[in-house]
Order: sequence, then structure tokens, then C-alpha cells
Amino acid sequence: MEKELRLMKGNEAIAEAAIRAGADGYFGYPITPQSEILEYLMEANPETTTGMVVLQAESEVAAINMVYGGAACGKKVMTSSSSPGISLKQEGITYIAGAELPCLIVNVVRGGPGLGTIQPAQSDYFQATKGGGHGDYHLLVLAPSSVQEMADFVELSFDLAFKYRNPVMILSDGAIGQMMEKVWLKPQKKRSEEILPWATTGKPASRERNIITSLDLDSERQEKFNLKLIAKYREMEEKEVRYEEFMTDDAEYLFVAYGTSARLCQKALQLARAEGIKAGLLRPITLFPYPKKRLNELADRVKGMLAVEMSAGQMVEDVMLSVNGKTRVSHYGRMGGMIPTPEEVVENLKTFIKG
Amino acid sequence: MTEEIIIAGFGGQGVLSMGKIMAYSGMMQDMEVSWMPSYGPEMRGGTANVNVILSDERISSPILRSFDTAIILNQQSMDKFEHSVKPGGTLIYDGNGITRHPERKDITVYRIDAAEEASKLKMQKVFNMFVMGGFMKVKHILKTEYVIKGLKKSLPDRYHHLIPMNEEAIKRGMEIIREV
Repeated sequence: MEKELRLMKGNEAIAEAAIRAGADGYFGYPITPQSEILEYLMEANPETTTGMVVLQAESEVAAINMVYGGAACGKKVMTSSSSPGISLKQEGITYIAGAELPCLIVNVVRGGPGLGTIQPAQSDYFQATKGGGHGDYHLLVLAPSSVQEMADFVELSFDLAFKYRNPVMILSDGAIGQMMEKVWLKPQKKRSEEILPWATTGKPASRERNIITSLDLDSERQEKFNLKLIAKYREMEEKEVRYEEFMTDDAEYLFVAYGTSARLCQKALQLARAEGIKAGLLRPITLFPYPKKRLNELADRVKGMLAVEMSAGQMVEDVMLSVNGKTRVSHYGRMGGMIPTPEEVVENLKTFIKG
Repeated sequence: MTEEIIIAGFGGQGVLSMGKIMAYSGMMQDMEVSWMPSYGPEMRGGTANVNVILSDERISSPILRSFDTAIILNQQSMDKFEHSVKPGGTLIYDGNGITRHPERKDITVYRIDAAEEASKLKMQKVFNMFVMGGFMKVKHILKTEYVIKGLKKSLPDRYHHLIPMNEEAIKRGMEIIREV
């Protein structure tokens, strides 16, 4: 299979990219607006081609624990859901983080709280970036803002998950999941046959047994383990920060936005520039680790930063922590599945400029 | 060139599939394209709409509030989107079931009685392709050969025998659209 150009929904792109990345297994349970991931995989039936297992579990809780099991065997496994379903998976996710296992979790976010709505939102930022389940842990979080990135980030997520032995989340939303754009798909990769030294694959006489657990009743040992996790997160902050800048060179005001909001801000930027406002945009691609350093540098040059999110104001807290009081920071957002229009964003930028 | 389009009507009128064919055709003409449907409860009966963008450049926002062209297929959509057309833009509507016709003077308004024509020719199945033909006639962006290629891409194989009928509908649509 060669590199191939297709018109696809973001959800379909994730599914196809997972097959092509050589994933070993997908375990999921349907929920709008991401059911196309499971539907696409079921129809593609990759078990007959690459050998990838696709299974509709009896619940979200079952699905994440199947991922836990697959990951413990060193397999490239993933699950996907939308907000309420991701909440159900949180116990499994913290266990996976605590057991230092690699996997991919996709959240195609819808409005909340509770069952909320089926329309797009970005109100799961805190849950995704600050832990989500209990205990001191982080996921590495990638935020695609196009269908192409939905596809590209699957393989990247698996690579990062195995590099750090840490769960990786793709934090998308209903708009990117449902919209169609052009996407270049990579050629089919073979599934890995490598047996990883830490994986539970049946103990041969040649090595000690591998134990996978998130439980340690010895507090001293547990604290050492916590410090080890933190060192891992610091290393991610050193090496894995990704972001994209638009017209920041001469920007006086900076939008900070990810995912769908970053697309809206690209348009808002053009509209603002047409009115003579020197606006720029920083689009975080990794939400954890967050591009703190770059925002702190930009804070020396701009007159203010406006975080635009489809939430009551979550990522804006990371912007404030990044700039540490060096410049004005404010937030504009819509909730409940409402998507701000670029015109609305420009109006709010003008209000922000007035102070 | 960037053309920002909204197509709006009842669920079942082929609103989403018309948008999909536009996007496929644009892709085959080497354009950047995006297709953003309303996927909410309105999909389950009621109104449906889709934003389609065809452009020579990287597309910024796939979700818009103002459009170069609005294709409007029922009264609710007329009420909702007539005012979303940019000044100097284009509004195309099917007169069937419209009780309040467009009133704006700062845009070009075209009427296409596609539902009536499709019914007369017993081609209701390809109603949306009459409208597509009308759009192609007044906005010279998509070429017929690529739209046919787009149809082949977006239709499942079992419907490929309907492609000639689609082509006929496009041609007829080009003939019956008229400026108001």
C-alpha cells in the first residue's frame, strides 16, 4: 500500500491511521460524536489483513481494561470515546499510568458536564492534562486541529507512548471528528513482532518474572516511584513540546488556541489583520507538555494574550502560569456545544484590547 | 480563490451528500477542501446543513458565519441563512415550499425550481444534482468531469448505475436556474 490521498472524516482518519500504523488492537464502545472510529474499524476488519484485533466491549470500563491487558503484553493498543465515556475510563487510565504502560486513548470531546450534549466542546482540558483519574500522573496529550493531524498523530502517539511507557491521549472534539478534509495516509506498516523486556509474555527460564501492577504498599518505595514518574514528565517537558505559530513575528496581541479553536483563530487573525490589528496565534500541539517556555518568551513582546477555547476557561490557566504575570491574559469561550465564529472572536479581541 | 458555501434544507434532501460531492470534486481539481456537517439532533429528521469550503490556499476555519454562496432548500433555512450571505455574495434557492422569498438587494439571488423539475421528470432521487447543476452554472468553480469523478468516489459501487441520471440532472439544473 502506497501513500494515499483521501477525503475523510477525522474519526475515519484515526481508524485508518491506526491500521496503517500497525496497531495490534482497538477496544471501544460507541458514543456520539466518535462512533465512526469503531464503525470504520469493524467494516475494515483489519484482523483479516494486518491481524489487528477490533472489539466492541460491553462497556467503556471493559474496553479500557482490555487496553490495560493488551498494553501489559507489550502490544500497541488503543481505545476511543467521547467525554462521558472517557470519564468512565478514568480508573483504568490511572492504573495504566501507574503501571507505566503505553497505549493510545482518543477523546473526541462533546459538551458537558454529565451527558451534556453531542456537539463539539473543549471542556475536558483539565481532565486530559492534569491527570483525570486519581494520583500524581500525566498523560502526554496531543491536540490535532485538522483531519491530517488526526491521522498523523496516531503513529506519533504510539511512538511516544512506547518511548516513555506512558499513556498518550489524542484530545480532539466533535467538529474535527465529524468534518471531512483531505488526508494523506502513510503506507501500511507491519505489526511489530518485537518482545519487549518488560512485557508479560510468559516467563522463560532465561529471565526474572515481569510484574505489572500499580500497587505498592511500601510508602518509601512508592514515593521513589512517584519521583521516577515526575522525572519522566520533566523529560517530556524538555523534549516533546510541540506548537505552531502564525504571524507572531510582529504580533502585538496573541491568540492562544488549540484544536478547532485554533482553526477559528486562524480566520480571526486574518479578519483582525484586515482591520489593522496586529494579531498572532500560538497553537499548542502538545497540551501536556505545554509550550510554557515559548509563551513566556512571547510575553515579553506582546501587549496581551487571549485564550480562545470552547470551555468556561481551562487552558487559560496554563497561559497565565506560563507568562507568570508578564502580560495581560484573558479568555473567550463558548460552551454547551456552541462554536464561536471568527467574527465573534475578533469582537472579543477588540474588547480585550480596550482593556 | 476561496469559496465559502453553506447548503441548508431538510434532512433527506441530499444536503450533506451534495456537499460531499462538491468537496470530492474540489479535491480532484487539486483544491483544498473542507466539509463540516451539522451532526446534531437535526440529523434525525428536521433541518440539515453543511459548510463546504473550496480554496487554493490552506483552509483556516472550517466553521463559518458568513458565506460567499448559500444554497437554500426550505423556508426554515431561508429564515436562518439569508442574512449570512456576504454582501455581493450569491443566494441560490429552490422555490418549492418557500413562502417568504429572499429580500436582500445587496446579493445576487438565483431561483432554481429543482424539486418541481425532478418530480416532473420522475428523477426525485437525484434532486440535489439539479441544484448542483445550478450552482455550477452560476459559479464557475467545479467542472462537470470532476463532479462526475467526485460522484464515483462518493457513491458506493451499488449506486454507480445512477451516475448517468445524476449527469442528466446536472445538465438540466444548469438550464433551469435563473436570476431573480
